[in-house]
Formats: sequence, C-alpha cells, structure tokens
Amino acid sequence: MPESDDRVPPAVPLLSLQAASLRFGGIVALDEVSFDVQPHTIFGLIGPNGAGKTTAFNVITRLYRVDSGDVLFDGRSLLHTPPSGVVRHGIARTFQNVELFPTMTVLENTLVGAHTVSRFKREGAMRAKAAEVLDYVGIASVAKRPAAGLPFGTLKRIELARALVSEPRLVLLDEPAGGLNHEEVEALATFIQRLRDDLKITVLLVEHHMNLVMRISDHVHVLNFGRTIASGPPADVQRDPQVIEAYLGGELEAAS
Amino acid sequence: MLGLSRKTKVSTGASLPVIVGIAAACIFLLVGCLVSNIFAQQTVAGLAQGAIFASLALALVLIYRATEVINFAQGELAMATTYIAYQLTLWHVSYWLAFFLTLVISFVLGAVVYGVLIRPVQHRSVIALVIVTVGLFILIDGLVTWKWGADLKFMPAPFGNNVYHAGGVSFSRQDIGVLLVSILSVILLWVLFQFTKLGLAMRAAALRPAAAALVGIRVDWMLAIGWGLAAVLGAVAGLMTEPSQFLQPTMMQAILLYAFAAAVLGGLESPAGSVVGGLAIGVFLNLIGQYVGYATSELRLPIAFAVLLVVLLLKPTGLFGRRQVRRV
Repeated sequence: MPESDDRVPPAVPLLSLQAASLRFGGIVALDEVSFDVQPHTIFGLIGPNGAGKTTAFNVITRLYRVDSGDVLFDGRSLLHTPPSGVVRHGIARTFQNVELFPTMTVLENTLVGAHTVSRFKREGAMRAKAAEVLDYVGIASVAKRPAAGLPFGTLKRIELARALVSEPRLVLLDEPAGGLNHEEVEALATFIQRLRDDLKITVLLVEHHMNLVMRISDHVHVLNFGRTIASGPPADVQRDPQVIEAYLGGELEAAS
Repeated sequence: MLGLSRKTKVSTGASLPVIVGIAAACIFLLVGCLVSNIFAQQTVAGLAQGAIFASLALALVLIYRATEVINFAQGELAMATTYIAYQLTLWHVSYWLAFFLTLVISFVLGAVVYGVLIRPVQHRSVIALVIVTVGLFILIDGLVTWKWGADLKFMPAPFGNNVYHAGGVSFSRQDIGVLLVSILSVILLWVLFQFTKLGLAMRAAALRPAAAALVGIRVDWMLAIGWGLAAVLGAVAGLMTEPSQFLQPTMMQAILLYAFAAAVLGGLESPAGSVVGGLAIGVFLNLIGQYVGYATSELRLPIAFAVLLVVLLLKPTGLFGRRQVRRV
C-alpha cells in the first residue's frame, strides 16, 4: 500500500442517496437528502421521531418512490428496480415493527429469505444455509416453532436471520434495539460489529438508542423534519449545536 | 418508545375443546356407521357432498387469504369451467383428458381474472373488489347462458353407476369417486403449499406483501397463481357436482352458499378449517335430512345458513380461526 493515505482516491460508496426528495401531500418527508455509505462500515441514521429515517429506508428498498433525486447502489440507480428486485442487488432489511410471517415456523421464515439466492436451487442447500444462519443469530433451538407468540427479542433475531440468509452486501436495520433490554442491546452492539468485521456486510442503522449508535457507527447522519442537519464521525455529530437543539426540543432521554 | 405499536397474531386456532369436539363427532359417526347401514350410507354420501363444499370453500379461503376479499364469482367460475369440460367432451375428448385439460384452462382463467379485473382495483376499497366479483358473477352467468343455453346438459358419467356392497351397506361408486378426487386435490394443494419453495413464497406473499417483496418474491405473480389454483379447485368442485346436479348455469349457486357456510365454520382464514367445515356440513345436512322428519330438502339451504349464523354469533373466528390481537 502507498503510504500517502490522503492521495488514495475515495472508495466508490456502496449506497448513495442523491438529493432524494419525497412529499406526502403537504408534508415533506425527505427534503433533498444526500448521503454516501462507504463499503464495510456501519452508518448510523438518526433523528427525532418523524425525521424521515424509515422513509429513507422505504425509498432505498423501493417501497416508496422518490419525487426527485436518485438512489445509487454500487454506482447504479435503483429507481427502475421493483421492490422484489432490490434483494437481488444485495440489499436486505429488517422492519421497525417486525414484519414476519406469523403462521410460519422460524425456519420457514428464514427460508423465505433465501428465496432468491440462485445457488440455493437445491432445497437441501437452502435448508443447510438457513440452519447455519439461525445458529449464527442464536435461535437455532426454536427453529421448528411458529413465529407468532415468541418473545419480541427473538422475533427481531428471526428478522435478522431472514435478512442475512440472502447473503446481502448491505443490510438496513430499522431500530434493531427497540424493545430490547440492556443485556440484549449489548449483545446487539457486538453482533452488528461482527456483521461488519467478520461477514464484511455494510450496515445502515436507524436507531433511537443514542449510546449504541454513537458507540458502533463509523459515520452518523442526522435528519430532522426530512432535512439533513449534520453528518460526520460520531464525536463531531454529538457536539453539533443543531443536533443538540433538535434532540433537546424533542426527546430529552435520547441525548444521554 | 413513542408510536411503537406492534401487531401480532396470536394463535387460538384448533384449541383443545375444538379438537375434542371434532374427535367426539368422528367417534359418533363411526359408531353410527357400525350400528346402522342407512346411517353409514348417508354418512358416505354426506362426505362426498361435503368434499365438494370443501373444495369450493378452500378456493374461497385461498383467495380470502391472498387478496382479503370473498370472491362471489367463485361458484360461477367453477360452473363456467365445467361447461368448458362439457364442450371438450362434445368434441370427443375422453372424460378424464377433458378433466385435466379443464384444470389447466381454469388455472389460466383464474390468473387472468386476477391480472385483468382484480389487480387494478386491489388497493382501492374492499367494496370495489366485492363489486368487481359480483359483476364477474353476472358476466359469467350471462356468457354461459348465451353460449350453451339455460337447459340441462349431460356429460359422460366419470365413475359409472355401479354400487359397492360391503356388509349389507351399499355405497355408490360415484360418491366414493367424488370423495376421492376432491380430497386428493385438496391434499395435493396442501403439499404444494407446505413443502415447496413456490408454496412458501405464495404463503409469504399472502401474509406480508411488503416483506415478501423485499425478500425478492414477485407478489403479483404469487397472487395470480393463487387465483389460478383457486379456479382449479373450483373446477374440481364443478366437475364433481355435475354427475349429481347435471349442467345448468345455476348449478353452483347453492353450492357456493354451502361453501360460504363451510368456510365461516372453519374460520375463513384456515385452509384446514374450510375442509373440515365442508365435510361437517355435508354430513350434517345428510343426517338431518335422514333422521329429522320435517327437515326436507327444501330446508337444506336454510339449515346451512342457520349453521353460519350460529357460528358467527357464538364463535366468529370459526373452528380453526385465529383471533387477531392488537398489542400496543
């Protein structure tokens, strides 16, 4: 490697939002939001309630259509990809309120995630991979149980398993710490770092748990009312007066 | 956490009392069949009738789960596909070849109905969907009457008219055939849904369309296939009705109502429930007709409706239904 680090050209961002705007009636959900997510990093997307974080996820996964702007993945626009094509590019996600298939077993929920991975043509290979992932997220013991009725923390892990089984390059986690207790949050922090370091997966994280975000993110991007108010390393963002203002005006506990 | 409301489905389906009740009913039927020959005959005939109700009820449930609408045209679609089979036999296609060709045609027809008529209004209101299916009912009825006329038509008998005798009990070969074909198609469908990748994707698309799309499932295609399979089940129901009712444009209308009752009894969201409900209603109606003097055939439909009403009043989720619980 050349020693002159500052002359290395910047890596092509894995995901890039370019002046993405979206309005619902009179409400501007996203107002020219731009950010770049570099490969093999953890990118924290934060902001008070209603800031547009989940909207950004839905724009990236094509559930919503941007009014203007662009979404690039690996340098190519996603705007002509249907929602069912997003995972084929290597993007998987979890949902804030857990969108599992309640009557299916944990294993089946995970198998659904492997649906599009073409090298799993054989049912056996698919099942083996699903079992491996369930083991990885630590819920192999409940594989045969229906998802409905399991504890919330377990449901979140099933969603993670379903996302990981498709072998994504980018995973979008929507409030993975929501509803988890202190020990579970600690385990989650380690888990997300392992995704980046061991599996080389890029993580885009929406989270209200400030401590978690500031501790594990390589880069933090702050939205408020659909607009970017700060973007940078966690330490800088934490000191940003606009960020402090946004959070003190909203949730006091979140700034702790 | 602000604004975090979670929706979970809590399974209350097939609870212990329901299972005990079904087991008790089965034992009652078994004892009855061993004691009385007429009882045995009526039970088997009731099961054959019930298997037809079950097929059509299952078609209704499939579509209800996938699109959250009751397809009022399901019976008419079944009737129309039976006429297609009739037309094939007129062209000297043998009965069973016509049977399987009709299933293929039904599948395509069901998928096309979804793509052309249902999909464009799917995300409007339930009322819009219901109106489309009622319109389809009238359209099919009109087209069939225009093409083939309203008088009775006859197809070759698929199972012959033989009667089996077993220990003094006589079973018509037709009843046994109808029962076997209907149950076999239900089982094949169950295997498809439970054990194949396609079935898994179809279940996922019906349960959580957004999440299914994001794991790469083409939800529209899955729903179209679901409508196609429902039409296939309907065609089986129509073809199995023909030997006893003969062909006429109104042949499936009463059966659709029995199928409604069966689907509601089973829980409307439960495929297994609709099959159990269909068989139960078939047997119940036959036994009531045999042993309750004043319950003549004119009262069959009202009795089925009484069942429907009682279920809706006492256990709206049906035998196998799941109660939706909202946790906030």
